[in-house]
Amino acid sequence: MKRAPVRKPEPLPSGSEWSTESIDRYNAEIARVAAHYRLDTYPVQVEIITAEQMMDAYASVGMPVNYHHWSFGKHFLATEKGYRRGQMGLAYEIVINSNPCIAYLMEENTLPMQGLVIAHAAYGHNSFFKGNYLFRTWTNADAIIDYLVFARNYIGQCEERYGEEAVELLLDSCHALMSLGVDRYKRPPKLSLAKEKLRQQEREEYLQGQVNDLWRTLPAHEVRTGTREEARFPPEPEENLLYFIEKNAPLLEPWQREVVRIVRKIAQYFFPQRQTQVMNEGWATFWHYTLLNHLYDEGLLADSFMLEFLQSHTNVVYQPPYNSRWYNGINPYALGFAMWQDIRRMCEQPDDEDRRWFPEIAGSDWLETFDFAMRNFKDESFIAQYLSPKVMREFRMFAVLDDDREDKLKVSAIHNDEGFRRVRDILSDQYNLGAREPNVQVWNVDLRGDRSLTLRHTPYRRRPLSDSAEEVMRHVARLWGFTVRLETVDESGKAELTHEIRNEKRRTLVLS
Amino acid sequence: MVRIIDRRFDSKNKSAVNRQRFMRRFKQQIRKAVSEAIQGRSIRDLENGEQVSIPARDLSEPSLHHGKGGIWEQVFSGNDQFSSGDLINRPLGGGAGGSGKGKASNEGEHEDDFVFQLSREEFLELFFEDLELPRLVRTQLAKVTDYKTQRAGFTSDGVPANINIIRSMRGALGRRLALGSPYAGRLRELQQQLDDALARDGEDSAEVQALRDEIGVLRAKIDRIPFIDSFDLRYNNRIKVPRPTTQAVMFCLMDVSGSMDEERKSTAKRFFMLLYLFLTRSYEHIEVVFIRHHTVAKEVDEDEFFHSRESGGTVVSSALVLMRDILRERYANGQWNIYGAQASDGDNWDNDSPVCGQLLGNEILPWCQYFAYIEITAGEPQNLWREYAKIGGEHDNFAMQRIESPADIYPVFRELFKKTIT
Repeated sequence: MKRAPVRKPEPLPSGSEWSTESIDRYNAEIARVAAHYRLDTYPVQVEIITAEQMMDAYASVGMPVNYHHWSFGKHFLATEKGYRRGQMGLAYEIVINSNPCIAYLMEENTLPMQGLVIAHAAYGHNSFFKGNYLFRTWTNADAIIDYLVFARNYIGQCEERYGEEAVELLLDSCHALMSLGVDRYKRPPKLSLAKEKLRQQEREEYLQGQVNDLWRTLPAHEVRTGTREEARFPPEPEENLLYFIEKNAPLLEPWQREVVRIVRKIAQYFFPQRQTQVMNEGWATFWHYTLLNHLYDEGLLADSFMLEFLQSHTNVVYQPPYNSRWYNGINPYALGFAMWQDIRRMCEQPDDEDRRWFPEIAGSDWLETFDFAMRNFKDESFIAQYLSPKVMREFRMFAVLDDDREDKLKVSAIHNDEGFRRVRDILSDQYNLGAREPNVQVWNVDLRGDRSLTLRHTPYRRRPLSDSAEEVMRHVARLWGFTVRLETVDESGKAELTHEIRNEKRRTLVLS
Repeated sequence: MVRIIDRRFDSKNKSAVNRQRFMRRFKQQIRKAVSEAIQGRSIRDLENGEQVSIPARDLSEPSLHHGKGGIWEQVFSGNDQFSSGDLINRPLGGGAGGSGKGKASNEGEHEDDFVFQLSREEFLELFFEDLELPRLVRTQLAKVTDYKTQRAGFTSDGVPANINIIRSMRGALGRRLALGSPYAGRLRELQQQLDDALARDGEDSAEVQALRDEIGVLRAKIDRIPFIDSFDLRYNNRIKVPRPTTQAVMFCLMDVSGSMDEERKSTAKRFFMLLYLFLTRSYEHIEVVFIRHHTVAKEVDEDEFFHSRESGGTVVSSALVLMRDILRERYANGQWNIYGAQASDGDNWDNDSPVCGQLLGNEILPWCQYFAYIEITAGEPQNLWREYAKIGGEHDNFAMQRIESPADIYPVFRELFKKTIT
């Protein structure tokens, strides 16, 4: 795609040393080209940080502020050790889904790396955050930093008032349930610092009142007659365990409910990222590749820049084969980049196969197709919709069926005409959160009896829970304050008790 | 549109709190790891941090995920040999065969230890944790012998040598202004009238004369205000504040007779060095006196103390006598905290042991903060041990221990300097 330069291009600074001015110039040029491709982004805020600060950022899950917890310290130590001994490089960049979009650049990066990172994070990820429906629905880029500040201060106050240990134990339990603390389908209300502060007090009192009411309805000693089927509480199973605990756990203090809420909100914030890894990384990789090549074609980038850039780029999008010792599943960067490249190819140079498989895409305007795909899909549906036979062939994909009732593994489909659809379905299913994470929901609370909480695990393709389930159930029991049970529903629909944590002491402080 | 913010000079240790929390939470495990590490490393390494590993299981953060089993169907890349319908043997141990269920197995499978680096401070903190110099607190409270003077503002009386000139003159000036101001006001008024009268009537009028007289009186009054008065004087105030003694002397006594071989010496050395390191945490200034002995005792430098070889019999009292003499000569002015550490293999000339007991009990222990005796031997206790054991009951600033191998040092050390409740 050679373009005749309208003006005499003045090449961007080359060499490996960067300066604020050179970063500024790179950013300006990249922004110009991004606008040319109609990328819609939040304003960009580039922050230069040191390796140590990068490790700090790692430790607090990439966020610039977070509350204190030992597990972050553990991650910091692990990162630090890996980095100091040279076993592990740090990511070149961290980008935060906020408005303005904050991109961290590490000072150790060379100038070409800084250029790459700006294109990748500040324009690629940024536009994805702003456009994709999951991020638009589930996260509020304007408020996240404020909310984290609020969370940190609130938890700090709790530590002062109730002791670090009590707060720490509570957070341990909440963290264990974090993956069960998201609404998968309900739209959450928008976060706003002002509203949050205003309503927090109100909420505390209201919630506590409500909980007490719930238990006050207990009849004193009513003799139960017959085996009448009792109404379950909640009437419908609840998938968001943390939400359920926040609203209904009988013994929690108001501040404990608020902490549960904070963990739940943060879990919800990261929820879209877990579902769009392939798309998001692929998108950002595609754009840094496209934007920088565009600049090169305009004559703005030196050959030395391109060589260093391409070397990093190829490392990122390398997909090792299944029998390599580096193999660690499908590389989301590689798959995503290949798919976006392929969509563009199908738009611009479709062949017969593409017309057969993707009649609506082949030959369409690629920018429009891109925009639509970026906005309206997540990994699971994106793969189901756009993974083409060509990409499957290039990756030489094959699917293996592992059924623990069979002696041998079976290759169920490979990259041939009969197998394409099957491979695509299986790959898409791999990114289905319902398949990746166990389906555990709140089933019942014994309102009229011992107040025990029963959860139900509905296995996906007979996959059992891992050994840590017992430990997790202890955390549930700690939060709930009474006996908790976990039942597993087998294929015939029969529920069987698999874990039970008895907690009969009433009115003892749960967190002791 | 872009904002570039240089955050490199912002605070670095954002994770410091989280790191502390981590250390606090896993103190038990870390402490265990540290005490194991001590046995293996040379004492000279105490200046460095330590790498600590904790079983990963202890600090796992549980979460719900799928375990092994059930049906897994996954897509892999790089097909080089399979066609659909092929049956493959299950790879052993996962991973090795490549096409294994790398993803199906989870963290529960392979539990490496969690390894991380303690800084020197953190390491020593743990190392010395709940060890405390015995009787140190008591001494500091009871025996404050050293004072230093420091400034504490100004006073209105004192010795002439302490007069503060600036303050005094400032006071005098203020007083002169205050006392003279009524006259000065009147004086200005009269001067004005005089000027008017001069201009109007000339030099010789009566009014001018009267004004001149009055002005003269006022001038005289102003002049009579003293330039400096005794109550203008200000003196620098100096007060004495008690200064805790922050210096210590440590006596290292070692038997270098033929029966002390290199291994025993090195054990003793580790003991001395630990004591030294411990003292450096409590005192600003520490002197070390090395006394070695066989049948005669001699004060030597550190190198000779540890490395020269002697042979012959053993008369322990010779070292104690020398220690007593040095103590009286150099460290008897009450400004020194005195510590003694004696290492021996327990052999002594039989008749000498009671002498040792007496020397130690009557002439050395009363001066010492602490005296520790270690006997490096695997055999039966010798007569010196029995003799010392008698003193041990009478003095609570005396401790004795038996050590068999370098690995015993650390526990013994803790035992010796166990926190004493005063």
